[in-house]
Amino acid sequence: MKLELARVVRGTGRLGVLRGLGRTAQHSLEVPGCLLYTHLGAVPHLTQDTLHTLSSLPSVTQVTLSNIAEHQEVLEEFKDGFRKFAGLHDTLLYCSLHDSAAPCPTGYTTNKTVSVWGSGGRIELTVAKFMALQKAVQPDWYQSMADGETWQNNTSRKRVRKSVDRTLAHLDECLLAHQNSQELEGVEVFGVVEGGDIPEERVRSARETAKRPVAGFCLDGLQTGSMDQALRTQLIAAVTKELPEEKPRLLQGVGRPDEVLACVEVGVDLFESFFPFQVTERGCALCFSFNISLDPERAGRALPAGVVDSLLELNEDERDTAGETQHNGDVSLDDQTRMTSFEMNLKDKRYHDDFRPLVEGCGCYCCKNHQRAYLHHLLVTNELLAGVLLTIHNTAHYQGFFSALREAVAGDKLDILRRRVLRERKE
Amino acid sequence: MAAAVVACGAGTHHTSESQMPLKKALSAASPLTLRIVAECSVTKARACDLILPHSAVSTPVFMPVGTQGTLKGITVDQLEGLGCQICLGNTYHLGMRPGPDLITKANGLHGFMNWGRNLLTDSGGFQMVSLVELSEVTEEGVKFKSPYDDKEILLSPEKSISIQNSLGSDIMMQLDDVVSSTVTGPRVEEAMHRSIRWLDRCIAANKNPNKQNLFAIIQGGLNADLRKACLDEMTRRDVPGFAIGGLSGGEEKDDFWRMVTLSTDHLPREKPRYLMGVGYAVDLVVCVALGCDMFDCVFPTRTARFGSALVPWGSLQVKHKQYAKDFQPIDPDCQCPTCKRHTRAYLHALFKSDTAAMHHITIHNIAYQLTLMRSVRQSIVEDRLPEFIRTFMKRMFPSRDQYPGWAVDALASVNVTVE
Repeated sequence: MKLELARVVRGTGRLGVLRGLGRTAQHSLEVPGCLLYTHLGAVPHLTQDTLHTLSSLPSVTQVTLSNIAEHQEVLEEFKDGFRKFAGLHDTLLYCSLHDSAAPCPTGYTTNKTVSVWGSGGRIELTVAKFMALQKAVQPDWYQSMADGETWQNNTSRKRVRKSVDRTLAHLDECLLAHQNSQELEGVEVFGVVEGGDIPEERVRSARETAKRPVAGFCLDGLQTGSMDQALRTQLIAAVTKELPEEKPRLLQGVGRPDEVLACVEVGVDLFESFFPFQVTERGCALCFSFNISLDPERAGRALPAGVVDSLLELNEDERDTAGETQHNGDVSLDDQTRMTSFEMNLKDKRYHDDFRPLVEGCGCYCCKNHQRAYLHHLLVTNELLAGVLLTIHNTAHYQGFFSALREAVAGDKLDILRRRVLRERKE
Repeated sequence: MAAAVVACGAGTHHTSESQMPLKKALSAASPLTLRIVAECSVTKARACDLILPHSAVSTPVFMPVGTQGTLKGITVDQLEGLGCQICLGNTYHLGMRPGPDLITKANGLHGFMNWGRNLLTDSGGFQMVSLVELSEVTEEGVKFKSPYDDKEILLSPEKSISIQNSLGSDIMMQLDDVVSSTVTGPRVEEAMHRSIRWLDRCIAANKNPNKQNLFAIIQGGLNADLRKACLDEMTRRDVPGFAIGGLSGGEEKDDFWRMVTLSTDHLPREKPRYLMGVGYAVDLVVCVALGCDMFDCVFPTRTARFGSALVPWGSLQVKHKQYAKDFQPIDPDCQCPTCKRHTRAYLHALFKSDTAAMHHITIHNIAYQLTLMRSVRQSIVEDRLPEFIRTFMKRMFPSRDQYPGWAVDALASVNVTVE
């Protein structure tokens, strides 16, 4: 793979296209962008028909070893790789270790192993088993095995140092096995940068990882809830300074729009898209505005509050009194399920007879065919269709946000986009 | 009032009536028209075109059940894509949540669900049996204690029809006094007579006779005399269609089929016959031969969510270990989206990870039911239903001595031997 950068200005994000992806080197992925989050290859709740109501999908599907590991034997017998096993056509496959929306118990990592949790319990992975899995999955690219258990509040410096050391050791072992494996010819490996919340360790991890022949970098241990955005920004900035410009950077565990914006500014290219899934699971719909195409007359001038309000056609009644401001990621991992200011809670009684679409102007299947009142009914009656329709909308909305993000980076308008996105209002 | 137009199209096998004249509908807008396209020359089966306000429906037809205004994880587009022309909604559930007023505001159940084809609503009567702990029956109606807010509600014939008028379904069911088919004694007779009285009240209460069809429901339990009495009375009423109710509730199959065939013997030929609550493949095929046109059942969609996929040779429990490494589709001959793309092994694995697995099976099961009915219909049109039935039974059961006795008897009663 090759990252063609169209634009790199420190502090304002990178814009480009990741080309030559996949075994056939035919696919590409725009950057900043996100991967398609799945459970064992299925976007949550969706079958192919419902998935393909979405017009713009990322060309890369993400699968996780936490879903796949327990099926190793089946895949080995199948022989033709996970993509074929799952009936996925014409998409690229990226294999990560953990599922960012399913935090797992800690304390099981050793010098030689990491653990994932499948439906039947804990599965311990050595590098050998990890690589055997990659050979069975046959992804287009994967992250190397890593120890990222540094996100807890009281992680000691010693523990952080260990995570950096172990991760580098795992990377070297993975690369060796990779180079000697015919099945993985053409498959790319991403190195994983660890270092907890300690800047020196982060820099060390970045420098050392960059020395290895990897195709790109995963930034780990920075997930939502592990630290506030200010620290995350600082650490990522320090890390990206040490990384080669022409290789992509994928940030794991971060998905909230405000956090995404901040991280793009300090050099992150790719994100996971588990955030729309989390929003769906709590019966909410993404509704934050990311439309920054302003009247050219007004561009560049500070807009008085009243004018902006009328532009957005806001309804004061929509302000959700239950939602709490979630600007700075000052939230523990346990609060991952808490509602953010970027969404509306469709279980709320106020939507009982609201016959508008979820988001006016959204072209997704849900907004074109259904109304808030219907979604409210489905949620109140615990109907499965709620998950299907909300996933469609939330995925579409999130993709729209990334599209706006790319436009904003291209036009040097990240600031404007951030102000729009952070307005804490519902439409 | 609104008479059904009867037309004998090409392929009909009542040769003595080949010159039957067309009867014009008395009212300008008849919300139901039944065209008998073909009649089996051996059994009592018919293939018809049932013209309803939203679209035409080919019978025999299986109607999937979408109790609360949704078909368990399937979008209306997917349902349409499978060829479904009519599905069910439930008055009791929708009457509680979200309630008739909200649905009226939403342009009826069609508008609320965004379903452009036909809808049939049950009256809420069956809940009397299924939720019997929470209900009490009087001449007035059924008193329910709401499980959601402990309030008491009275579902009378008038109230049921009022809700169904708000729902705007193409076919509405009368409120009937439903008694479990395993109950015997005077209660059965009482319920039968009351159902007749309630039918009259329902007819009187229907505010939209030009847009919504009210079907009567024949009761009488497993008692031939009571059934016959009910048939005699109810067929005097000019309703556009009849349902055979009070069956499919755990009674002996030997009694079940006898009541079905007795009912179709005495129901008018030119009106549709709807057998309620029947959905197992064998039951469908046999009851088509006995003269039924329409069926509904939660079974195919419910069993899907437990990983049970319906196939011509029975069912396949996808979640069982034996399918973990089975790289065939559920049914290699099935053309549904699930079978065209996925294997048993993948679905088996997916059940451990995501609800999408249930949806894949639900789609397959609906496709199975609809395909079965299409094949049955085609065989009637081509007048080879007996042959179809024999092939069907051979595929479904490993050997002749495993054919259900009641099915063999029922088929024999309409001149079909399954050797």
